[in-house]
Amino acid sequence: VAAGFLMSGGGGNDVQWCFSQVKGAIDDDVAEADIISTVEFNHSGELLATGDKGGRVVIFQQEIENKSQQQCRSEYNVYSTFQSHEPEFDYLKSLEIEEKINKIRWLPQKNAAQFLLSTNDKTIKLWKISERDKRPEGYNLKEEDGRYRDAATITTLQVPVFRPMDLMVEASPRRVFANGHTYHINSISVNSDNETYLSADDLRINMWHLEITDRSFNIVDIKPANMEELTEVITAAEFHPHQCNTFVYSSSKGTIRLCDMRASALCDKHSKLFEEPEDPSNRSFFSEIISSISDVKFSHNGRYMMTRDYLSVKIWDLNMENRPVETYQVHEYLRSKLCSLYENDCIFDKFECCWNGNDSVVMTGSYNNFFRMLDRSQRRDVTLEASRESCKPRQVLKPRRVCAGGKRKKDEISVDSLDFNKKILHTAWHPQENIIAVATTNNLYIFQEKVN
Amino acid sequence: MSGGVEASTEEQQEMQDAVVSPEKTEEAKLKARYPHLGTKPGGSDLLRKRLQKGQKYFDSGDYNMAKAKMKNKQLPTAAAEKTEITGDHIPTPQDLPQRKQSLVASKLAV
Repeated sequence: VAAGFLMSGGGGNDVQWCFSQVKGAIDDDVAEADIISTVEFNHSGELLATGDKGGRVVIFQQEIENKSQQQCRSEYNVYSTFQSHEPEFDYLKSLEIEEKINKIRWLPQKNAAQFLLSTNDKTIKLWKISERDKRPEGYNLKEEDGRYRDAATITTLQVPVFRPMDLMVEASPRRVFANGHTYHINSISVNSDNETYLSADDLRINMWHLEITDRSFNIVDIKPANMEELTEVITAAEFHPHQCNTFVYSSSKGTIRLCDMRASALCDKHSKLFEEPEDPSNRSFFSEIISSISDVKFSHNGRYMMTRDYLSVKIWDLNMENRPVETYQVHEYLRSKLCSLYENDCIFDKFECCWNGNDSVVMTGSYNNFFRMLDRSQRRDVTLEASRESCKPRQVLKPRRVCAGGKRKKDEISVDSLDFNKKILHTAWHPQENIIAVATTNNLYIFQEKVN
Repeated sequence: MSGGVEASTEEQQEMQDAVVSPEKTEEAKLKARYPHLGTKPGGSDLLRKRLQKGQKYFDSGDYNMAKAKMKNKQLPTAAAEKTEITGDHIPTPQDLPQRKQSLVASKLAV
């Protein structure tokens, strides 16, 4: 069990993080539509997508400043932006269907175009993002501005040719996967077979084929016959990165189930059940709520998975079900604030977590725009802050410390001064490089490893 | 959770109390403020509220009225183009306006 002591990230082989870019408005008056709801790098890390509460997707592209140098500073600039989902109305239930983008997942690149899946509470869409950098010119029947010519005036023929034009990036919806979910979709995950993907809501998980929109297979159904008997819901699900028959789903009770689709068509019976036994004498009203898993992610090598619950991050070895192999405290000082966190609903905040490219470090967000880097190999952790006050180019981020109680040292922040409205729920790590994207409420920060 | 520390049972109990107290203290606080709080902690009520997420309206008319009120508060959308294209003649695809910009662009894309 790793202790939660803080160490400054200086010297030796430690990575020092520095500010690279920040996107979004500076003003404090945040429109609801601008709240960032998901962040995801594509498989090469060249593209970074964000989704927001207003149903919009913004994609940034990495532009390498100096290609000749090995470690170079790169910038992410706007590549494409489009309206993915619009608000809808469920006529049967008289409920609004939010346009908020819950998740974006990229497909591995197969040709010149890029594809991503974006989902709101009810509908998943496959988007094609393609570049156009030439256009045909020299039509016989049309003028250059598009007006049709009078056919009688045409006396010669020419062959239209492609001429270069300013790059245009187009996003078009290629598939709409609708009406698959009665409850609210919390996860989507593309299978390693690159043909299928899963979508999970509170009670069911469906598997879709990327080409087929009018049919999906239900692979998990935990809805009880009598809803009064409902005791847990599905909180997240993901396919294994290499084994196309394996997926996991987490629950609000802190369990993770691993399922093998070869075993049966309906995977209600799990192959493995991951659960850490709880000391019954420690149980309180809050125990179950804070044990609810808000995110589950496989490691890149496929041997581990990470779960995030309210106060901690746990690393599980897929071969060991009875307890995690590592546990990291994210913000243990909040344990003595659970009452107020329950009253202001913060206890229900869903934090995500992510792995770095070689699975040696994991990252997750916290409050006060703090985020935590947990180094598995070196058994160290550090708390950093995404703030407009540390926005000078290449400014190195200073570690932050929270004072849980007693005498507050200089540079420490007391728990009572933390701003619980400033939550970092969504973070992403470049698949190969030490570049991270951290989303505050309405801003996207990009930090990079310090380059000498 | 404890290691191989040798201590008297009294000390052990004290240590245990100190360890469990933050959460249990918070629980006591909550129960003091809300004495009727569910007997089933984190049970069906909470879950059912979660499944029911989303604002309920009386009907679609109620929903559309609420949306219209919200739109008036937001920034104005692009001015309605070519309002005279229908009624007078049959419009061709070139005459029709592009899909309307129903919402303002994201501030991340600036």
